[in-house]
Amino acid sequence: MGKSPVSLKNKDILQLQGMSEAQLRLILDTAKEMKGIIDRDIKKVPTLRGKSIINLFYEPSTRTRTSFELAGKYLGADVVNITTSASSIVKGESLRDTLLTIEAMGVDAVVMRHEAEGSAHFASQILKPVVINAGDGAHEHPTQGLLDMFTVLQYKQRIEGLKVVIVGDILHSRVARSDIWGMQTLGAEVHVAGPAPLLAREMEVMGITVHTSVEEAIQGADVINVLRIQKERQGKGLFPSGREYARLFGINAKRLKLAKPDALLLHPGPMNRGLEIAPDVAYGDQSAIQEQVKNGLAIRMAILYLVLMGGEDIETTA
Amino acid sequence: MKLLLKNGRVIDPASGLDAIADILLEGGRIAAVGENLTVTDVDTVDCTGKVVAPGLIDMHVHLRDPGLEAKEDIASGTRAAAAGGFTMVACMANTRPTVDSSILVDGLRERARREGVVRVGVIGALSKGLEGKELAEIGDMKLAGVVAISDDGHHVTRASLFKAGLEYAAMFDCLVISHAEDESLVDGGYMHEGAVSAILGIPGRPSVAEDIAISRDIMLAEYTNAPLHIAHVSSKGAVEIIRAAKRRGVKVTAEATPHHLTLTDEAVYGYDTATKVNPPLRSADHMKALRAGLKDGTIDVIASDHAPHAYEEKDVEFRYAPSGFAGLETSLGVILTELYHSGEFTLPEIIDLMSTRPAWVLGVDGGTLAVGAAADVTVFDPDQEWTVDCDKFYTRGKASPFAGRRLKGQAVMTVVEGNIVMRDGRVTV
Repeated sequence: MGKSPVSLKNKDILQLQGMSEAQLRLILDTAKEMKGIIDRDIKKVPTLRGKSIINLFYEPSTRTRTSFELAGKYLGADVVNITTSASSIVKGESLRDTLLTIEAMGVDAVVMRHEAEGSAHFASQILKPVVINAGDGAHEHPTQGLLDMFTVLQYKQRIEGLKVVIVGDILHSRVARSDIWGMQTLGAEVHVAGPAPLLAREMEVMGITVHTSVEEAIQGADVINVLRIQKERQGKGLFPSGREYARLFGINAKRLKLAKPDALLLHPGPMNRGLEIAPDVAYGDQSAIQEQVKNGLAIRMAILYLVLMGGEDIETTA
Repeated sequence: MKLLLKNGRVIDPASGLDAIADILLEGGRIAAVGENLTVTDVDTVDCTGKVVAPGLIDMHVHLRDPGLEAKEDIASGTRAAAAGGFTMVACMANTRPTVDSSILVDGLRERARREGVVRVGVIGALSKGLEGKELAEIGDMKLAGVVAISDDGHHVTRASLFKAGLEYAAMFDCLVISHAEDESLVDGGYMHEGAVSAILGIPGRPSVAEDIAISRDIMLAEYTNAPLHIAHVSSKGAVEIIRAAKRRGVKVTAEATPHHLTLTDEAVYGYDTATKVNPPLRSADHMKALRAGLKDGTIDVIASDHAPHAYEEKDVEFRYAPSGFAGLETSLGVILTELYHSGEFTLPEIIDLMSTRPAWVLGVDGGTLAVGAAADVTVFDPDQEWTVDCDKFYTRGKASPFAGRRLKGQAVMTVVEGNIVMRDGRVTV
């Protein structure tokens, strides 16, 4: 890989809003190379040897945390996980103090998942090490957005001109926001659909088309990204029942037929099968859900590599 | 002690005076106003190029005393007031304990006499402990000298209690101030619901929450024929509702803050906790409607809602930061910069909004330079440029959405009862 005109070295990855097409393409191109490493028998490369990464997770997460952990390890970095139950966080230490403690130990990157919007920005203002946002409240989840884009590119070879439809709880979704910005920057036409109380007011300013009819939204879609419905929203009075949601908004075989015949189905996981997505389509031919997980690993490897090593060559020998 | 303020532009909205004149303060009273006053044995201050105004009054301030002194106390809060050009503040009751009985009113007034450098009007709670369940002893507190009652910080959710509070307070000629946001609609929200909250993913506090709460409160004021003041109006719907109520003759008055009059929710980009406030900073259409309401008299008063918090409380994730920020030391500068230098408001209009009308709404002495009135005077330089440096604030609340802003216009002298308490930005007592 030659010298790239864009570099992400030492850059915090906080959000896809505002990232340039060249920056996005650099990550996506690098991830393609990284994916080759995952399929090898011996996966470990020494590229990030001597670098240390902290996964600081204030919210439970299986795939994102594991994926960041393996991404760091495959590239030879030392990775430490901190979760809420196992640290000083439960003693009421402030986020600033936790971050400063981590910084004092000499880490190179902090991957953070936090329930409050803007917490990654807060961390980036405090920390000298690189900050990678692994999800901040309902704001953004940039690596998920990138892995969705990477998956679309894998199957469709392009994003430009595609109709991408995001279905579900848009209001509370950091995945939706990252997808919206990233996909649009690469030229997709983005639509969102869901029950009105789960749509964000004035969301059209993001350049998208908003629907309350999933059938209407899905017409002619190239990509459908189905979001997880959290049961606790029902308790807050935002939708009546899982049963009714599945009936009116769930993605099933009948609704999928409204999209293009080769439409791609995505889901960020974990799925509520039978609620937002019918089991037969979740495991059907059009589903790329399993592939998304593998691609997530490739994207996270690419990002760790780019922010920690910048434009230097990938050493691919084990 | 005698004090002669010479050659300033003396503006007294109460009498319509706006002329270059001298003003003599003697025995805590205004002794004379006129051209070329000759007085012997007097301290003279040359006010050439400056504006001499009746002392500014901020009727919505949180002094945090008693109980929350890490945020502010009477000494620090009233020094901030003096530095900002205010000769009187009215302080809200959401302290620990809540100011909901006459003994607390007495204690606070006594502490203010001892430690305060400007006048302090005490606002008592409407409900015991601000819990919205039982009426506080409003009559007793009125006899102890409160200037109004309010559960500020909370809307009184139960309409029946608010109705009773209005009726009860009216018996004592006591003003009720409402913090009007429908609690069920703002619950869990941290900023204005709109385009910016959609992008930032922050749960919203919709403007309709304010419209609904203000509508209900005004209907109850109309029904009971009791005086009502609406704190920190921020939505365009609320402006229209208040305008219509005033036309019908409802005894309602209203205030707006410098931040709602000059900032929008776009300030929240970047998640600066110094932009988090209730009601939230709203979009530009709301801000414009608020200015129109200020211009046509729908909004009577500019008040800062000075709500200081300790540094470490604001130095957290946006969601976990308490709402509110310091306002006393930026209020006049922001208003002069944004409303006067923009050509929208005249100096007499601004002085009316920041001195004369707050005195009238609260029913307290002040707000005028008439001979015989209390010698509370603010001298300001409308053209002096300065930069907001929160570290230099007298208040303990160092967070401000105006941090680093270049402003034009600043108080240069604050006089309370004939005594200079601030000069050139330095509190002198």
